[in-house]
Amino acid sequence: MMPSDNLTSYLVIALFLLVLGIYGMVRHRTFIGMLISGEFILNGAALNFMAFNRFLAPNPAVGQIFTLFIMGIAAAEAAVIVSLILMVYNRYRSIDPAEVDDLKN
Amino acid sequence: MILYRYMAEAGFFLFVLLIACGGFVAMRARYLMNAVLGLSLSLLGVAGLFFYLGSQFLALMQILICIGAICIIIAFGVMVGPKPKLEAERRVTGRRNRALAVFACASGFCLLSAAILRANWTKAPVRSGDFSVKYLGENLLYQFCLPFELISVVLLVAIIGALIISGIGRRKQPNDA
Repeated sequence: MMPSDNLTSYLVIALFLLVLGIYGMVRHRTFIGMLISGEFILNGAALNFMAFNRFLAPNPAVGQIFTLFIMGIAAAEAAVIVSLILMVYNRYRSIDPAEVDDLKN
Repeated sequence: MILYRYMAEAGFFLFVLLIACGGFVAMRARYLMNAVLGLSLSLLGVAGLFFYLGSQFLALMQILICIGAICIIIAFGVMVGPKPKLEAERRVTGRRNRALAVFACASGFCLLSAAILRANWTKAPVRSGDFSVKYLGENLLYQFCLPFELISVVLLVAIIGALIISGIGRRKQPNDA
């Protein structure tokens, strides 16, 4: 069976996107870098939905609709987070999560 | 015929390579803008995989929304926000921390991929193979009407909220007036 016609290969690629996102979330030390990693995780989830939709699901429209919803949520999330980042930058002059620590003490 | 089949397989591996290269660029970029470019490269690969999964509509939407909207928003955030500083300096420093992060992610990958390879997926007994946009639209407007309206409201609220939040940030700026 060809790899492009196999559920497992798509699931492994989606898993790779998820792991990449988690690694980036740990590694990046700016809010924008963490936002980028979050996009990787969301796309891994979308790819998973599409793979199950193509190979197993009874109604092929459901997975596509859910993937569309994931894209909409991702767009809304990116807009809100970027505006929050701008506000934080205006106040703290930094987008390093380690320096935004007013509530720490 | 078999030649076309192998060409399609080559295209599949090309898209997987795009995803991997984009992810690598996004994780190891020196500047944040390069990370955004890596993200968009990776999303392009995911769009290609959507094409292979039988949905041209979703592939186009992925290019339009994820690359065209989200990456542009993030790029604006990079440009408007902080001054371009070396991203590499601000990462988690120390060889030990980095090795720990790689170890945790690699072990998670191995564990979950072992679970995927072992799982026995069963198909639904009755499956309709209609991947057309017409069928998708009918489902969206009849069966999934309420979630569709809800996601529209969520998008509207998010956009208004983003405008208000950034407006408040500008008004409360300390050394402005």
